[in-house]
Amino acid sequence: MNSLGEQIRSVLPYQRRNAASFALLAFAMVLTLSAFAEVGLARDGYLPAGLFTYGGALLVLAFAAYFVMAKFLPYADPLLLPLAVALNGLGLAMIYRLDLDTSEGHKVAQLAGKKLIPDDANATGQLMWTFIGIAMFVAAVLIMRDTSKPDAPLSFTPKTAQRYTYLTGLAAIILLLLPIVPGIGAEINGAKVWIHVGPLSVQPGEFAKLLLVVFFAGYLVNKRQAMSLIGKKIGPFSLPRARDLGPIVVIWFFSLGVLFMQKDLGTALLYFGLFVSMLYIATQRLSWVAIGIGMLAVGVFVATQLPFMAHVNQRIDIWQNPKPYFDGGCLLHDGKVVPVNPDTTIYKKEQAAGSGYPGFTACTKLGGDYSDSRQLMMGLFSLGEGGVLGKGLGQGEPWRTPLSFSDFIFDSMGEELGLTGLMALLLIYALIVQRGMKTAVAARDPYLKLFAGGVSFVLALQVFVIVGGVTKLIPLTGLTTPFLSQGGSSLMANWILIAILVRMSHDARKPAPQAIQDEGMTQIVSTR
Amino acid sequence: MSDFTLTLIKLAFLAVLWLFVIAAVGVIRADLFGSKAATKAAARAAQQPRSHKAGRPQQAAAPPPPPRRGAHGGGSGAPSKLVVVQGERAGTVIDLTGVPITIGRANDATLVVTDDYASSRHARLYAQDGQWIVEDLGSTNGTYLGRTKVSRPMPVPPGVPVRIGKTVIELRK
Repeated sequence: MNSLGEQIRSVLPYQRRNAASFALLAFAMVLTLSAFAEVGLARDGYLPAGLFTYGGALLVLAFAAYFVMAKFLPYADPLLLPLAVALNGLGLAMIYRLDLDTSEGHKVAQLAGKKLIPDDANATGQLMWTFIGIAMFVAAVLIMRDTSKPDAPLSFTPKTAQRYTYLTGLAAIILLLLPIVPGIGAEINGAKVWIHVGPLSVQPGEFAKLLLVVFFAGYLVNKRQAMSLIGKKIGPFSLPRARDLGPIVVIWFFSLGVLFMQKDLGTALLYFGLFVSMLYIATQRLSWVAIGIGMLAVGVFVATQLPFMAHVNQRIDIWQNPKPYFDGGCLLHDGKVVPVNPDTTIYKKEQAAGSGYPGFTACTKLGGDYSDSRQLMMGLFSLGEGGVLGKGLGQGEPWRTPLSFSDFIFDSMGEELGLTGLMALLLIYALIVQRGMKTAVAARDPYLKLFAGGVSFVLALQVFVIVGGVTKLIPLTGLTTPFLSQGGSSLMANWILIAILVRMSHDARKPAPQAIQDEGMTQIVSTR
Repeated sequence: MSDFTLTLIKLAFLAVLWLFVIAAVGVIRADLFGSKAATKAAARAAQQPRSHKAGRPQQAAAPPPPPRRGAHGGGSGAPSKLVVVQGERAGTVIDLTGVPITIGRANDATLVVTDDYASSRHARLYAQDGQWIVEDLGSTNGTYLGRTKVSRPMPVPPGVPVRIGKTVIELRK
């Protein structure tokens, strides 16, 4: 596991890349500011006020983060911070742009005396969360000391967490279960992933994700020997012993539980995929990946066959064929779909009867499951509208999609930046993941290797699940798009993730301590 | 704003977005293969400590005047750097200035190799008539130019590997 890292370290001259990092960060800010400028020029014909307030604030935050990083972690990876800032800035610009439209819509609605939807694009809120996220980044950079000295006072590094492996795992599971606890859990937009803490609503799953990586890394670093060495060899695969299958079976049941409780294929895929990938990193055995994919496929297939898992079935049906569900569709138990949108006669009949939710009532009377694919279809229309080059920022109509600022921000970007822009966004994610994997390769400690590999992979998997969902590649799941989506929990968790990677890359890339004297067997090594 | 201007702004923004991605890839590339500035700095760092460690006044071994490039035959120009392609110090680059280069385990060698198969003063490279000559300094395990053992001073053409213990060096233009 170490040899490649040793090779890279021996070939690479240790160098500080602060100048490159600074230049790229400046470039990321140019990108963000020009996004704001384009929004204003397209909508009003002059530079918008938001360019100076939001853009200026982000500029100050980004460079503050840079100077802290350059001062305390001079050998850190030069790309992680600028790439994260670029994504955060583009997301902020898009939310600002959606905020302009939806707030106009609000004024019109208010004048007409309609009720307002409180959950909406909110650029000021997102800027506040960006501030808190970058503050968390700075705090994490300052608090985490050298990962090779986990016992230094007042320092909490990923390595420190290794001592509390099982407690961390327990904490992760509690965080995941919190939203379904009555009282503090809250169901927003049909998803039970929120809890209320005072006036704020928090998505604990975003933090549980990081804790799960800590737990898996700590667990696998102890068990990987047994999991990688022992077993029978059949053909190209070396199969593990039955008793070593224990943990993967537990995680499998857990993921299927998530699938059942939250009717959510994507989240199940996220946690299970994370475990399987870390298992692969730890053992380097392809048989684990094959076993994992096989188990997940069997699990999902069985789930769709069970009668009480009809919800999962419906999600898959919407994914395969969303059209009949537009504005409301009803899946009957024999697999037929009856549209119950406002144009159908049964809808009008229920409406005349005075039902609050005519489509839903009609469907319940038919004995089927009601669902609506409006959001997914609108997102796809957005992408189609954007085409290859996009409509240009501020010139499309992405706000028409419900949740265009959070779950569907990728489709909003697609409408205004086109395929060309989306490819660039995906490449930025790919580069962040690549830097994370590079950090994992260069890290010296096996636990830190697993940790860095795990957090990079979970980021990649999350982008895959949500982007795949909104582009109809896989069934839709309400996850956040890292750094782009509006939402505090996601921003905080992802900024902490970047801080951890930056810290680890500094430790992996800095030169080994220099011998002060050259002679003799005993050497005094610098204590810094 | 006319539609034309807006289209131009839109395309310009996409170009900036892609330039950002390309710049980021450029930084990674420099990280992997070394940027020009970084390589030079590394080579300087590799050379300077050696001359300081020798502990003798530097003027004692006054360097011979640099060879005139292309004055003699060849015509294609002399090699400008020495690159370690294999072994402990792989990746090290030393600029050739005409000063003789000594290779060995001794601390005062220009290129110090920490290798059980190398002698303290293993081999020497020096410039003569616009050519670089390799000379074995009576090493235990010998010096090889390509596949031939260096028994007397031999000219080193650019790109031909010179093996000293586990270390392989090459001259490059």
